[in-house]
Amino acid sequence: MHNIIRERMRQGYRTIAYPKGSPQMPDRFRGLPIVDRTKCPDGCEMCAEACPTDAIRCEPDALEVDMGRCLFCVECQTACPAGAISYSGEFRLATRTREDLLTDGRALKLAEQLDAKTRRLFGRSFKLRQVSAGGCNGCEADVNVLSTVVFDLSRFGIQFVASPRHADGLLITGPVTENMRLALLQAYEATPAPKIVIAVGACAISGGPYIGHEEVHNGADQVVPVDLYVPGCPPHPMTILDGLLRLLGRLEEPGSGGPGGRAPALHV
Amino acid sequence: MTIAAAQLTRTPHVATIALDSIPLLEIYSFRDAILDDVARGGRISALFGCPISPQRVRLYVALSHADDGSISVAATDVGDAYPSLTPDLPQAHWFEREIAEQWGVVPSGHPWLKPIRFHHSYRKGHDAWSRATGDAILPSVTDFFRVDGEEIHEVAVGPIHAGVIEPGHFRFQCYGEQVFHLEVSLGFQHRGVERALVGGPNKRTIPYMETLAGDTSIGHTTAYCQIVEALARCQTPLRAQVLRGVALELERLANHTGDLGALAGDVGFLPTMSYCGRLRGDFLNSTALICGNRFGRSMVRPGGVLWDVDKQRADDLLARLRPALSDVDNAAQLLWISRSVQARFEDTGRVSKEVAELLGLVGVVARASNVDRDVRRDFPTGIYRFVLVPTMGWPTGDVFARSYVRWLEIQRSGQFVCEQLASLPEGTLRVTPGPLAPNSFALSLVEGWRGEICHVALTDAAGAFAQYKIVDPSFRNWVGMMMALRNQAISDFPLCNKSFNLSYCGHDL
Repeated sequence: MHNIIRERMRQGYRTIAYPKGSPQMPDRFRGLPIVDRTKCPDGCEMCAEACPTDAIRCEPDALEVDMGRCLFCVECQTACPAGAISYSGEFRLATRTREDLLTDGRALKLAEQLDAKTRRLFGRSFKLRQVSAGGCNGCEADVNVLSTVVFDLSRFGIQFVASPRHADGLLITGPVTENMRLALLQAYEATPAPKIVIAVGACAISGGPYIGHEEVHNGADQVVPVDLYVPGCPPHPMTILDGLLRLLGRLEEPGSGGPGGRAPALHV
Repeated sequence: MTIAAAQLTRTPHVATIALDSIPLLEIYSFRDAILDDVARGGRISALFGCPISPQRVRLYVALSHADDGSISVAATDVGDAYPSLTPDLPQAHWFEREIAEQWGVVPSGHPWLKPIRFHHSYRKGHDAWSRATGDAILPSVTDFFRVDGEEIHEVAVGPIHAGVIEPGHFRFQCYGEQVFHLEVSLGFQHRGVERALVGGPNKRTIPYMETLAGDTSIGHTTAYCQIVEALARCQTPLRAQVLRGVALELERLANHTGDLGALAGDVGFLPTMSYCGRLRGDFLNSTALICGNRFGRSMVRPGGVLWDVDKQRADDLLARLRPALSDVDNAAQLLWISRSVQARFEDTGRVSKEVAELLGLVGVVARASNVDRDVRRDFPTGIYRFVLVPTMGWPTGDVFARSYVRWLEIQRSGQFVCEQLASLPEGTLRVTPGPLAPNSFALSLVEGWRGEICHVALTDAAGAFAQYKIVDPSFRNWVGMMMALRNQAISDFPLCNKSFNLSYCGHDL
């Protein structure tokens, strides 16, 4: 007992200050892509050709990265001879719609908070059932880490629960394999309405590296309606946490949606 | 040496060989050659099929020999059936079920022939269970091993489990609280990785390697890169070899630390659970400091690595790692001195050495059952040819042993990483591999944090992958977990399962 208490003192207090303080990301962290169409050499499509998931639309008048497909690897950056694509250290990436994940260099439309009525229900107590539907254990691991002392998710009233019947929503990872489709649908149906669905990671948003495989369904929104998209491969835990807090209106910053907010997708 | 033994080609484990130099044996000689090779210390690292015509499938076997670091290879052609190896060689059983499912070839006499992933046969019109092409195949809809008796009951768990964890189905045969038998049925994570690799390498190959088991990105990507480098006869710079080793051991440190925390959590010992949960992140963040991603994505590439570690960065890493390793040590010590923890760990989920060897178990699980087996020492590649990371073992085969071996390995890996970072060799990071040798066979072994990762590539006349075989350590070890549950209390299942911590997607591919 003495040893345990001494070790407790030694290990110290380890919970990060977020959202009050700003987290320090590693210098090589690849966050929001920086896209600058004006640097593109004429007729060059090398970035688009190099992208493993065809996330880049490169046309004479447009250069656009689909963060829903993006693996945040270095292939486009390496391929581009002019430095038209690079990464920033911006970890705030979650959006409410699939379209908002397309980025062409303009400011990203980050996730709006839920409408006032739904926020009253979930704003201070939000229970999620996690379903891995073909996830590689990358997204799962960085969702799991939110429950450690570092992020201490439960201080925001957010917890993962063991049954969809106890849950206010689902957090889905993986491209939705054919072999998990039925189980996912059953978990969705077992979650009482109103409910929220969150897709975490490139696989759950678009199929990720598995886009087009006949064994998968190219993401959660091909099977159930999705309310929050958290891009990345896997998303950094901060990106997931930021998305969850943004959705619940727990971030006090401009641009996180007015008091009205946006209603969840129609889940019946 | 018997005649059968002479029929296997024996090759160093980092070499490639021409496909036509692999002895093509008649099926009975093939079986005898394998049995004979195993009797002389060989162990199946891979056994798989490759279609050669609509009616014929070629089976390849690769047996690894820890005594001299060599690999024996042979092949045989079969039709829709062949005499199963499993009754004579239990370690073949999961491989033969995979062959049956992928290619519709029945290993006749296999004692428990069932699908392992639940998908249609890749050879149209040939199905090991005579299912029609149009029939729906539902995961885990199959017969399970049943124990009959008045007071026997069956417990079904999954695919979706209570925690944040991948899906799988577990079927227990219980007598009261006691588990007589557990059968694990997987396949829910099947994404078709191997099939998609055929025709490569291409721009999707690396993402497949990095995500086929996403907690083992460095392990699997390194195994793949070694295949490409062997086929291209390309020499990786020493600096890159060291950085790969550092990344691989950081992956081991993160996962072993996380496992110790999770094991503590499963017996309700919260101090170590809390500390290790945080410390696991310190190792992941160290990987992110090197390559920008906590899971080592975009780190390892054919010919070397993408990111350098200069003196300043090495010092930053060491300044983080040293206190983290000390904190892990202290957190783990609490487990070993707490009797309430030891009471749950000791004698729980025992796997004997005999069973571990019979089933060909690998990695931490094998070493915790006193099976002295480690790819880094027995089949060294890269930096492990020059630096020995001592192999750690424990004789008791229980949850305690699997925890304790992890802690021993954390110390050795930590020491390795710190030493390497303090003395990084000069040189370039990456060379560009040339074209891949056509019509060749290449095999690569890596000791991932769970155990032996085996990749095999067969190239076609153009040097593209005609077949790419992946054997994740979980493919070998799931059956070990089933054996560990025999005669255990069902309430100890989470603890036993966590002490193996196997990959679902690495198995399902």
